[in-house]
Amino acid sequence: MIRYLARRLLSLALSLIAASIVIFAVIEIIPGDPAAYMLGLNASPEAVAALRDQLGLNGTAFSRYLDWAGGLLQGDFGQSYTYRVPVAELIGERIQVSLPLAAYALVLTVLIAFPVGLIAAARRGRPADWGIMAATQLGIAIPNFWFAMLLVLLFAVKLHWFSAGGFPGWEGGLAAGLKALTLPAIALALPQASILARVMRSSLIDTLHQDYIRTARAKGLTRRQALLRHALRNGLIPVLTIMGLQFSFLLAGAIIIENVFFLPGLGRLIFQAITQRDLIVVEGVVMLLVFAVIVVNFMVDIAYGAADPRLRRRR
Amino acid sequence: MRARLPLQLLIGAAIFAAFALAALVSFLWVPHDVTALNIAAKLAPPSREYPLGTDHFGRDMLSMLMVGARTSIAVAILAVGIGMLAGVPLGLWAAARRGSLIDEIIMRGNDLVFAFPSLVIAILITAVFGPSATNAIIAIGIFNIPVFARVSRGAALSLWTRDFIMAARVAGKRAFRISLEHILPNIANVLIVQGTIQFSLGILAEAGLSYVGLGAQPPTPSWGRMLAEAQTMIYTAPRLAILPGLAIVLAVLGLNLMGDGLRDLLDPRLRRARQ
Repeated sequence: MIRYLARRLLSLALSLIAASIVIFAVIEIIPGDPAAYMLGLNASPEAVAALRDQLGLNGTAFSRYLDWAGGLLQGDFGQSYTYRVPVAELIGERIQVSLPLAAYALVLTVLIAFPVGLIAAARRGRPADWGIMAATQLGIAIPNFWFAMLLVLLFAVKLHWFSAGGFPGWEGGLAAGLKALTLPAIALALPQASILARVMRSSLIDTLHQDYIRTARAKGLTRRQALLRHALRNGLIPVLTIMGLQFSFLLAGAIIIENVFFLPGLGRLIFQAITQRDLIVVEGVVMLLVFAVIVVNFMVDIAYGAADPRLRRRR
Repeated sequence: MRARLPLQLLIGAAIFAAFALAALVSFLWVPHDVTALNIAAKLAPPSREYPLGTDHFGRDMLSMLMVGARTSIAVAILAVGIGMLAGVPLGLWAAARRGSLIDEIIMRGNDLVFAFPSLVIAILITAVFGPSATNAIIAIGIFNIPVFARVSRGAALSLWTRDFIMAARVAGKRAFRISLEHILPNIANVLIVQGTIQFSLGILAEAGLSYVGLGAQPPTPSWGRMLAEAQTMIYTAPRLAILPGLAIVLAVLGLNLMGDGLRDLLDPRLRRARQ
């Protein structure tokens, strides 16, 4: 397990380096000079050159990459072109909305999907299964931002249980913050929970056809015991894969959902930065999102190894 | 043995065919021109002339939805094609050479691409080339590649430990032939399920990208942009927000039912279990 872990850690580091190179390279392709853009059409060449210098835009691409990547390692994302404050500061403010939102949605997803998927698998072919399959079928088909609009229409406009958008900040207390994130989190979680519940069901049913389940039943375990003791652990492997995949949907979804609810998160930051050509902010936010996905997938890999020792054995 | 066609396959195919037909017909004929604005007829309720009413510019909603179907289906189909054509061979290759350098390279390459959610890819592409439907196809397609690679590798890996693969190896078959003849047919059901999910996700992603302005651009109607335009009027004219949303839900639902039905039809293991 130690060697498995060490190898995974190494590839984690390599992935992060590769991702940072890709992001840096893509931003490099973008035509146009941020300094000239910031100063407008009438700026003198000297002023543009001075600003380029100040922004660290001079030097070879390689040295600028090293500057940027080295800064990232120390938590320095550079200086925003438009806000003239450290990018880390901007991200720090916004991530207090986006990360709790994605995490809240993930928790809701698992809380809904696991029991629902388990019940459907255990009651396969019965009315409960039919009902769950029909409901999740619908859940998968609903776009989260449209569902968000419907939630606003029902709970904010008609029932007045929640506000239609905005975020009071965590200073207003945990309860108020969570309340503001509840509708967005539900909107994000519903489609993902529907997918995960179906994956869970089909994976468990697949596992239930395996010989060792027949053996378990033959030695006197009830269906339920065989399901919980043997099928669940093996059936969880595909479920983990999908959960890993889903995290990036939740993050990306959060960016879109923030638009519906006017939440001051990373999504709003990145769209503003694109229109203002504040490329260093785009670079920083994209790197952060990508970092999060890579780390989550690293953890899924580790969980694989823990759930199925066979996957560790042959390198 | 001839299996009966599953009911959900028929229902799903019927629903999806209706959208596909509407999209095809829209190339030849639409009830009203979707590029012509008619402010005098704005926000008209459903009538004989406008079966689903008009939007805030007086455009016919039915015509808008028909042309929007074209955009959604084209983007999603092409994106799934990109994902499958590139992803499945990579996944099978990695599984066949499990633990080797090539496996490591493919999987780390996968992780790398996969670490970029389709929205983030779209953001990067848009930052470079500007927003368009083509960029949406590329963004969603690139995102689909590691999904198919991962799923096919994962499914293939567990097959490679099974006895019938061992038998094929003992019989002297090369990894390429085993992948093609034994692994691929056995993971086909997984790929169909995943293909269905990715197709529906493609339609959903296209809607999402258009909604935030990174997809199809005006005047090309798209369901996502119709929703974005309707959002500000959701209190006064909820119909404008509800109709495109329903179109997305129905199209995706039809596709998913179709996929599930196909899986039941194609997977002999499930069929045997049912009887």
